[in-house]
Amino acid sequence: MKRHLLLFLCMISISVFSQELIDSTNVALIDTAITEMQHSGIVLNVCDTPNDDGTSITIKWDINDSLKGYLMDIHRIHGECDTAIALDMNPEKGIHTDNMVHGGTNYMYYALFKKDDIVKKTDNSLPVKAIGQWFNKERFDSFIVLLLIAGAFAWFIYLAKKGKSFYIRKIAGLDAVEEAVGRSTEMGKPIMYLLGIGYVTDIPTIAGLTILGRVAKKAAEYDTRIMVPSYDPVVMTTAQEVVKEAFTEAGRPDAYRKEDTMYITQDQFGYAAGVDGMMMREKPGAIFLQGLFFAESLILAETGYSIGAIQIAGTTETAQLPFFVAACDYTLIGEEMMAASVYLEREPLMLGSIVAEDLIKIIIVFVLIIGFILGLLGHGFKIGFFTDMFEWLVRII
Amino acid sequence: MITIGIWIAAGLTLCIYSFLYKDNPFYKFAESFYVGISAGYWLIYTYAYVIQPMLIEPIRNRGEFVLLIPAFFGLIMLSRWVPKIAWLSRWSIAFMVGIGAGLGVTGYIQGFLIPQIQATILPITGFNITSLNNLIIIVGVITTLLYFYFSKEHKGILGWTSRIGITFIMIAFGASFGYTVMARISLLIGRFYFLIYDWIIPIFG
Repeated sequence: MKRHLLLFLCMISISVFSQELIDSTNVALIDTAITEMQHSGIVLNVCDTPNDDGTSITIKWDINDSLKGYLMDIHRIHGECDTAIALDMNPEKGIHTDNMVHGGTNYMYYALFKKDDIVKKTDNSLPVKAIGQWFNKERFDSFIVLLLIAGAFAWFIYLAKKGKSFYIRKIAGLDAVEEAVGRSTEMGKPIMYLLGIGYVTDIPTIAGLTILGRVAKKAAEYDTRIMVPSYDPVVMTTAQEVVKEAFTEAGRPDAYRKEDTMYITQDQFGYAAGVDGMMMREKPGAIFLQGLFFAESLILAETGYSIGAIQIAGTTETAQLPFFVAACDYTLIGEEMMAASVYLEREPLMLGSIVAEDLIKIIIVFVLIIGFILGLLGHGFKIGFFTDMFEWLVRII
Repeated sequence: MITIGIWIAAGLTLCIYSFLYKDNPFYKFAESFYVGISAGYWLIYTYAYVIQPMLIEPIRNRGEFVLLIPAFFGLIMLSRWVPKIAWLSRWSIAFMVGIGAGLGVTGYIQGFLIPQIQATILPITGFNITSLNNLIIIVGVITTLLYFYFSKEHKGILGWTSRIGITFIMIAFGASFGYTVMARISLLIGRFYFLIYDWIIPIFG
């Protein structure tokens, strides 16, 4: 339980407060500096931009009537270096953010107001440093939602660990995994597994890698070759590890061929051309397209279809799913792909996370139904109380 | 020089299109050429736009030695060449997968979940087109969400609501399919335009 609590806290701190942290001891010393300019009667408020990662400074000013019709330049001074950061601005804007600063470095600013031959210069501001904040207060709503989601996950995983059994409904495409591997084996053809053009940090790629483990294990059991042409070198390395582990789990580490998980290229259509060529030459009996796909999806799926391979696709990219539905035998739509790994493994902890997700969906459906009823009664039947309630709901969300 | 470039581009385009007939040596040449060129290009690109400006220059010019930590994690990826220490590369992979999953949580909450809820709480103002549109959106989102409910069998109310949900999904796919096919046809037209106006017509004057 302590480990889970620690993991939970780490996730929150990584995801919500993913700001670059800069020496926090300086925060109190030089968080904000306000400088008043004398000559033009303009007050420049120069301060560190709040809720950021310490890479910007905000400059604010109030324009007076005597400077109407002037154009404004803002200059940044760092040591001996004087750089114009904004040219010919309309001064009525009242605010400018300098996003080209380094955290922890002192900068000064001044402004020039220009009209015909008249130039009015303000004094230099006091030195200001950009400071990274630990907390982004603008993301507080996300923090609350994250707490609810993480709490639901923790609770159902706890129940699963206690031995409570959970149900997961049938996912059609996944029952075909064994059929596809078996078909390839009978035909004496290899299996091709494509993870798309995502990186290892993309959630669909991670889900695709999980399904790869299961498919590779089946392939090892059936003594069938599995090829994984990859777009990204890190994904390739991860896929090699996954396939190797699956072959070891199946008791066939000797059958593992490292060279079958290969790098093609990091160019989208270069990858598509390379994989198409491999499909035509190797003629795999089954093709799995599980991961993040973009415009190359139809090129790959059509080629797979033309060689008569059984194809099982899955992605979260809604623009590409129609092509998979049209060209593949089975398609895992969006979250079905995420649930796939749970369905295949039936591990209690992962089942717990699926139940937690479902609970969150029910909460969302509940909120939407309340919103619909309030909207109908408030705006449709013009009942003031419900109109106010509807507006309140919109505001809090 | 431009003419040579046009001839190369036109030749390679035809080599790639020859795949529509069947796999052949011309396609194989174009494919290998493309894959090789792009792999080389990305190698140089990564050095010029990642390693040079994000690692070498900050260390050399600004003394940001903290960047040696990610550089170390990058270097141990190369340990896969030496089987005895290949396990070191797992550190980098674990780090990247962990960061991806962690950042993905807030990314999805902020980028998809909350905006989708906001965009679905819509008023029904009476018998008009806007209200009908809003009603379709509300019903579509709710039933589609219920289609992705996994921990209960799709029978009874859940069964028919999820069937409505998958119908909405398929209608959306149909619209998306048509839209994207149109975009692809415009790409094809662009390629034919190149072949005809930049290549064939200048040949015949």
